[in-house]
Amino acid sequence: MSQDRTTLDALARMSQGRGLSRRGFLRGASLSALALSSGPLLAACGTEGAQQTTESCVSEDLSATEKRLHWSNWPLYIDQAKVKQNGEKVTVYPSLQQFQEESGIEVEYVTDVNDNAEFFGIVRNQLADCQSTGRDIFVLTDYMAARMVNLGWIQKLDRANLPNVEANLVENLRSPGWDKNRDYSVPWQSGLTGIAYNSKLTGEVRSFEELLTRSDLKGKVSLLSEMQDTMIFMLLLEGANPEDFTDDEFSAACERLQKAVDSGQIRAFTGNEYAQDLVKGNVVACEAWSGDVIQLQFDNPDIKFVAPEEGLSLWSDNMIVPNKATHKTNAEMLMNYYYQPEVAAQVAAWVNYICPVAGAQEAMTKIDPSLAENQLIFPGADLLANTYDFMSLDQKTEQKYQQQFAAVIGA
Amino acid sequence: MTVADVGRVVEGTEDEPPRRPRRRSGWATGYLLLLPGLLWLVLFFAVPTIQLVATSLYDQAGSLDTGYAMTWSFGNYLDALSTYRQPFLRSLMYATVATVAALLLAYPLAYAIAFKAGRFKNLMLVLVIAPFFTSFLVRTLAWKSILSDNGFIVQTLQTIGILGPDGRLLATSVAVVTGLTYNFLPFMVLPLYASLEKIDPRLMEAGKDLYANGFTSFRKITLPLSMPGVVAGTLLTFIPSAGDYINSELLGTPQQYMIGNVIDNTFLVQLNYPIAAACSVILMIVIVIMVLVYVRRAGTEELV
Repeated sequence: MSQDRTTLDALARMSQGRGLSRRGFLRGASLSALALSSGPLLAACGTEGAQQTTESCVSEDLSATEKRLHWSNWPLYIDQAKVKQNGEKVTVYPSLQQFQEESGIEVEYVTDVNDNAEFFGIVRNQLADCQSTGRDIFVLTDYMAARMVNLGWIQKLDRANLPNVEANLVENLRSPGWDKNRDYSVPWQSGLTGIAYNSKLTGEVRSFEELLTRSDLKGKVSLLSEMQDTMIFMLLLEGANPEDFTDDEFSAACERLQKAVDSGQIRAFTGNEYAQDLVKGNVVACEAWSGDVIQLQFDNPDIKFVAPEEGLSLWSDNMIVPNKATHKTNAEMLMNYYYQPEVAAQVAAWVNYICPVAGAQEAMTKIDPSLAENQLIFPGADLLANTYDFMSLDQKTEQKYQQQFAAVIGA
Repeated sequence: MTVADVGRVVEGTEDEPPRRPRRRSGWATGYLLLLPGLLWLVLFFAVPTIQLVATSLYDQAGSLDTGYAMTWSFGNYLDALSTYRQPFLRSLMYATVATVAALLLAYPLAYAIAFKAGRFKNLMLVLVIAPFFTSFLVRTLAWKSILSDNGFIVQTLQTIGILGPDGRLLATSVAVVTGLTYNFLPFMVLPLYASLEKIDPRLMEAGKDLYANGFTSFRKITLPLSMPGVVAGTLLTFIPSAGDYINSELLGTPQQYMIGNVIDNTFLVQLNYPIAAACSVILMIVIVIMVLVYVRRAGTEELV
């Protein structure tokens, strides 16, 4: 076929039904696709605001008739046991089984939260349109839970159904900046962000200052790729308050980080995978989450966790009930169940993050006394005295800071 | 025309003008046969693509809570290009290097399988495909162990002085390109093998009869006849490598980020949907243009 035959020609041939060549058809099809996508159709696009309010999005609660609950959580974030069933080894969640027996509520437990941002991408369209996500509880980290609460995507909890939470939630988690009265969220587990190092490969690392400047650590340091995690410490290094800072302070903190990146001091910005690098010796010191470090220490006692001189960051992963979830009362029963000290201790003994339930420490002494004394599961007052939270940000500001941070760690 | 014959059987009873019955019925059947595929494409390709192009033209001043207005902001494309010029160029460069490396590795391999493997031919083919039995992620993570700072490869390279005492492979461009080359190698080997295997050995014999030495007959016979394989292989390697973001994520650092990582980050973390969409559209356009130029140049238009 000659190269110069016009597309119109091909279309005309098609419409007359005379022999349809493959190329002619392809040309015609792509032309019509172009025509389709042009002007009017595109102009009709544009999106509505995703903001919802209690009036714009009303959820129904069918808990009274439907004894069911769908719970989305992170992997390896609840006590597990392997049992034999019909000759096959299956994983069960003892504390959850007990809840199902006591309450008669059937819980569909799914570990489909692998990453806050990714999970947001998964449920964003439904929640923006006030549609059901098919889930009754999500477990999300502070900043992501805050974003959803601010967008009006989360149902308000009924305190009357949560007496154990009221009584046992530890003091320093009771009023985070983004949910002052814990009206929308209940912490599932908490954790500290600090420094971990491999004592076989380097001397003690005491501060972020050292992490960013010590020449013997050059190229062997990793930081976390989540903006809030890392910037808390950069802000502290700038002498700013991470809970209340200005744009200028944030920019200055970014510049400080940029210098460390440019000098080659920092090898990588990572998610969970820093644990593997730390054990293998690819990094010798890094920013790390407390729970991961405890688990690494079981196999590798050389790994140490340090509370940096600048301070620690205390965060929690929160149980929240999204709009259009139809089993809110069931969800509240589950939250209340997990705030019994014995149950909380059972979970903490397995997941090793900070237990947000007062009284669980005593309960833990019966399960494993050494864990009950572990400062990273039940931190003492002196450790918690120096912890910080990240300032609660509105959508636009968060976007701006994320962009600034991405520019520093990226290209 | 087999399509027309089938059509005639099905619709033969229709009252058609007697002069051109075959053509008319064939036409309808052809479209009917195309229908399922077309519907699928419209639903899962055309509609999302239109949506993507639309998103790339939204006003950046919008945000998730207030929504985005369609303002035909072609400036988004300039923004995306100027902000992310480096990752764009890096992606194209990594993909090019990985494709060339894969070609250099795959050609001798495919040649050996096609002409020299004898009874091991099938076994070798299975071995080429074997990596697909495990997940892409797991294979890439394995490279993390292989290239680790205290691993065998790095220590050997340090001993013989290729890498300095503080040198490393992991978290460098080398690691990312290595990962890309490895992961897409089978896509290069298989089409190469397919086109080499089809070559009639008598052509080589004829070359010999005409006093061509081994190199000349390779250059004049084997290579030209295997060009369809080379083109298909390079496309199948280059296109996914340019858009890949797993290798740079796991084996590199943000300084090795490719455009796929940027799209991932702008879309999921920065929530800057217009820029994320603009980056995706630019990537598609650049790849399509490069592929068209390449295919024209390689003179194997029949392939596409």
